[in-house]
Amino acid sequence: MNRINQKLQEDKKLLSIYFTAGYPSINDTATIIEDLEKNGVDMIEIGLPFSDPLADGPTIQASSTQALKNGMTTEVLFEQLKDIRQSVNIPLIIMGYFNPMFQYGVEAFCKKCQEIGIDGLIIPDLPVDVYHEKYQTIFEKYGLINVFLITPQTSDERIRYIDSISNGFIYMVSSASTTGAKVGFEKEQTQYFERIGNMNLKNSQIVGFGISNNQTFTQATEYAKGAIIGSAFVKHVTNEGINSIDKFVKSILN
Amino acid sequence: MNGNKENNMNYNVNEKGYYGEFGGAYIPEMLYPNVEELRQNYLKVMAEPEFQKEFNQLLKDYVGRPSPLYFAKRLSEKYNTKIYLKREDLNHTGAHKINNTIGQILMAKRLGKHRIIAETGAGQHGVATATVCALMGLECIVYMGEIDIKRQAPNVARMKMLGATVIPALSGSRTLKDATNEAIRDWINNPVDTHYIIGSAIGPHPYPDMVTKFQSIISEEIKWQLKEHEGRENPDYLVACIGGGSNAAGTYYHFLHENDVNIIAVEAAGLGVDSGESAATSVLGKEGIIHGCKTLLMQTNDGQITEPYSISAGLDYPGVGPMHAHLCKTGRAEFMAITDDEAMKAGLELCKLEGIIPAIESSHALAIFEQKSFKSDDVVVVSLSGRGDKDLENYIEYFKI
Repeated sequence: MNRINQKLQEDKKLLSIYFTAGYPSINDTATIIEDLEKNGVDMIEIGLPFSDPLADGPTIQASSTQALKNGMTTEVLFEQLKDIRQSVNIPLIIMGYFNPMFQYGVEAFCKKCQEIGIDGLIIPDLPVDVYHEKYQTIFEKYGLINVFLITPQTSDERIRYIDSISNGFIYMVSSASTTGAKVGFEKEQTQYFERIGNMNLKNSQIVGFGISNNQTFTQATEYAKGAIIGSAFVKHVTNEGINSIDKFVKSILN
Repeated sequence: MNGNKENNMNYNVNEKGYYGEFGGAYIPEMLYPNVEELRQNYLKVMAEPEFQKEFNQLLKDYVGRPSPLYFAKRLSEKYNTKIYLKREDLNHTGAHKINNTIGQILMAKRLGKHRIIAETGAGQHGVATATVCALMGLECIVYMGEIDIKRQAPNVARMKMLGATVIPALSGSRTLKDATNEAIRDWINNPVDTHYIIGSAIGPHPYPDMVTKFQSIISEEIKWQLKEHEGRENPDYLVACIGGGSNAAGTYYHFLHENDVNIIAVEAAGLGVDSGESAATSVLGKEGIIHGCKTLLMQTNDGQITEPYSISAGLDYPGVGPMHAHLCKTGRAEFMAITDDEAMKAGLELCKLEGIIPAIESSHALAIFEQKSFKSDDVVVVSLSGRGDKDLENYIEYFKI
């Protein structure tokens, strides 16, 4: 069974962390992943940087620009992750925009992910219908779970459609925004979490965008299986480097 | 040159939003409701008699259409062929851009949007958007690269006078590509009340088709105007410069399936196609995804979008619209690349021979006459997409006037 599906069966709320590969320094990738696992993070999204990250706010944009300056490429990332499964057991997901994957070759990319032990992909700008029509069989051939996003504006009908095509979890974007745009939740968001929670979807939901501390983590996971933190973690490594990841994770979980 | 072309090839968008293999809507889910709302409504709205009436009335009374199709006698004599100029430079605000912004502002109103956002490079589309927002009394926010704001101060002032808020794009290379990213991010963050007026025939479906249809007034007029001049609707050649490609799309639209019309698309070679400082996407680009559509774009082997270069801010874009990518791939259009130097010379030549100061974008289209010969009885229609007022500083600096 895919590590993501195994993890989703555990009887706990899941904490997933996003970081931009190649940031702050080019060779931090493996260290960050190992430290996150050691400190009790359940799942990791490894951000493959892109020159034009449309769905991201300033924090992740800046980290992506720096990562590219540092020399991060698809090849370099795969090389850095080559032996990652010797030390890390939790689910690993690559999150990135479609063009770099498309240039690498979608099948070659998926094959490489399988060799390394990547469990899933999140590609915000690969539309559901294009995935379904052209790439689903390739992803499945290499045992990869593709994770789709929904937002408060996504219609129930479309959520059901996305649920039918998903086989892991649904990435529930907390508000219509780019990453890091908003901190905390208002009534509107908690009502949305509840609405989706009550839809009894076959896939679990994990909430992302707007989670930065213990309070928002708790709010987000009241109705959902887990939560993803991205911008807040990238900010943390920007300010404090990669030596105090334990401090960050503890501040969320305690 | 088009001998091997299939006569039944479709050059228009299909029901899924593709031109051949190009186009589509590669957008994050956050944009889906907005883009889907537009997709479901744009054709319906555009077909409404009331919409048509209002659109055409504004094009006539406010923009000043039809724009003349002018026989450029002295230019024709010099190159020993028959050259007509489609005078989009005479439109209100000085370029073809206003055709699209009039159409889209009427669309936005019918969709109940009251906040308008736009991206701009040189500022022409930003001015055209600020203009129609003032006309309709709608809030207007224009994203413009920080570097372009410095380079195009007069247009920034125009937008402000027209009541628009100009927000500098501070990310990436701080030019048009990044202004477009910022506008898209704004739309993600404002999913209900906002309409994004894209200025070129780019972006996710239905934008390339919608922009092309609003700009198609250009080719619609060329047909009847040429009939008056020459007794026939079809020219032998149609020439337009191409960045994202909205003036080109409008110039070609009604001739795409007229197989006796040769189509020439003129890209900016910058300092030269192989110089590393160029915007000749058809030569330097590869298939990929930019700003929500699959098309030809300039990128690294790793799929990172690269910075183009051209002296003309309006052609300084790393991609082309998906329709043009299809015209290129199928061979329907011949793509030519013109350097900064060639364009500047052609621009000055038009000043001296015809008393018309063209935008540097349009000067690229004019420069092909030095590269390609035409028969003396060929009818060549060139889209003069904009006037050169905005480029005076560039011309002054270049020619040390």
